[in-house]
Amino acid sequence: MSTTNLYFDEGLASETHHRTLRDIYWGQFRKHHLAVASAIVVLLMVLLAIAAPVATKYTPDKVDFGSRYLAPSLSHIMGTDSLGRDEFTRVLYGGRISIAVGLIATALGLIFGIIVGAIGGFYGGWVDNLAMRLTDLMLALPRLFVLILMTMLLRNANVPWLQSSGGIAAIILVIATLSWMTVARLVRGSFLSLKEKEFIEAARALGAGNSRIIWKHLLPNAMSPIIVAGTLRVASSIITEAGLSFLGFGVQPPTPSWGNMLENAQDEMLKGHLWLAFFPGLVIFIIVISVNYVGDGLRDALDPRKIQ
Amino acid sequence: MTQYIIRRLLGAIPLLLVISVIVFIMIQLTPGGPMAAFEENPNMTPEDMARLEEQLGLNRPIHVKYYHWLMKMLQGNWGYSMTTKRPVLQEIGDRLPNTLQLMIAAYIVALSVAIPIGIISAIKQYTLFDHIMTTLAFIGQAIPIFWFGLILIIVFNVWLKNPTTGKPLFPGGGMQTYGLTGFHLMDRLYHLILPVTMLSMFLMGSYTRYTRSSMLDVIRLDYIRTARSKGLKERSVILHHALKNAAIPIVTIVALDLPGLFGGALFTETIFSWPGIGRLFFRAAQRVDYPLLMAIVLINATLIILFNLLADVLYAYLDPRIKYS
Repeated sequence: MSTTNLYFDEGLASETHHRTLRDIYWGQFRKHHLAVASAIVVLLMVLLAIAAPVATKYTPDKVDFGSRYLAPSLSHIMGTDSLGRDEFTRVLYGGRISIAVGLIATALGLIFGIIVGAIGGFYGGWVDNLAMRLTDLMLALPRLFVLILMTMLLRNANVPWLQSSGGIAAIILVIATLSWMTVARLVRGSFLSLKEKEFIEAARALGAGNSRIIWKHLLPNAMSPIIVAGTLRVASSIITEAGLSFLGFGVQPPTPSWGNMLENAQDEMLKGHLWLAFFPGLVIFIIVISVNYVGDGLRDALDPRKIQ
Repeated sequence: MTQYIIRRLLGAIPLLLVISVIVFIMIQLTPGGPMAAFEENPNMTPEDMARLEEQLGLNRPIHVKYYHWLMKMLQGNWGYSMTTKRPVLQEIGDRLPNTLQLMIAAYIVALSVAIPIGIISAIKQYTLFDHIMTTLAFIGQAIPIFWFGLILIIVFNVWLKNPTTGKPLFPGGGMQTYGLTGFHLMDRLYHLILPVTMLSMFLMGSYTRYTRSSMLDVIRLDYIRTARSKGLKERSVILHHALKNAAIPIVTIVALDLPGLFGGALFTETIFSWPGIGRLFFRAAQRVDYPLLMAIVLINATLIILFNLLADVLYAYLDPRIKYS
């Protein structure tokens, strides 16, 4: 903590100039213990999902009618489902799908949002007007209803790559299409104020072209809010995928996802198989709250007013 | 201000038109739809199918279909549901009160819990109370709402029983006790408890955090110190001076969130078999019932735009420093 203070002490600044911004941010982030613990939880969950074949001795779609509806026990820690498949194994493999959908959809949304916001904020005028009308339009759409209509359209489209692996490509596209607007507004706002600054004038005087100014000078300075919004967006994308799949419009069985594992959970739990309704939701909850805490920690760490 | 409102309302018209075109194309390109139901029927010859398509106007090109839809809609005719053959507005009108009951009850519960907790959290920042409530608010925001609904059913319907009758403590679905006719307030409230708890959970979490941070911004300001140094009671400083300004962003957020709750209600209505707009949409989507889908999406989009405007107007009204031109 004291080392971060040194950086801003004029007398010592020259000695500590090798401390990069990243060191400072990390120092700030580390203070938020809950955020650090949450980051570890998220990392563990991702690693477990990646290492699924090693982490479990069962396979996700091995049907075993001899062991249907087994309650959680030592050999099946999350029990088994209606086809005798190990629930823990399906949670692990479902995690691969759910986490991947959350990450890729967010990444696509961020890229598109950054492009729209950057172009609008930088060029201004009618380009900006067009970009912002498009943003307004997307924000005026009833989100969940349009998500459902779009997945129905893409899921039934005659395009093979949209349909493979339970239609995850379609879900990713749909979620990304409806989640770039916040970022576009953030980037545009930052660009509008940053482009008037002296360092941009300096860059231009040195002969930098528009695209160099946008990508090398403006964007890096506008990154903090994007990183925070992006992190929180991963959590909401995971919830969105789970919600769509829960309603039967998302990832299609037999490909497991945390959401579609809950699809028939209501019938199952009323028949007494409570664990089938419990565990998939629990893992969604744990990853979402952890990602939210990481986002919260990043918000504090990247906030220039909070760096002392 | 009047000019500003009129300009915004005029700007909403092209926006809604574009939305209607996009949604119309999206639904029209989706396979299925009204003819799918007849394809399985062995008594339908291809000629019958063609005649029926002609009658229903389904074989016309998409822009012609859109034009017809739009012209009728502008005259107040939203068409007929393809599955029930009833007027679309009637279908929606039947279910709207049910969804509104859920939403209004959820908002009353969420705000009356969140605002006091947010205020106390802010006044007692970093105390045990604040830490517990902030954690609970985080949990409320992170818990998947549909999973929370299932958990509520497990606990209050499957596990907990009414000690005198031995029946589940709360009903796991429906709007009234089976066999009951007419409207009974107590019975309705009894059926509302679980769905409203589910629907208000997310709102509670986010409004608690909003109230807390909004209060924290305000109570550091000079005018609050002035109020205190005048010798006003702390209670009066918080409730009359601080809350008035802290409430401005909360009012705005509530206005912005309201129309979006139709979507959130979809999960609640599905899980608790509540016959509202969300479930109506869900069924219509499965059957690609386009007149019904168009009406629900467009009415909701209109509400989103209007409430956006309302939020801006309220903001300017409550905070005289804000001026629109």
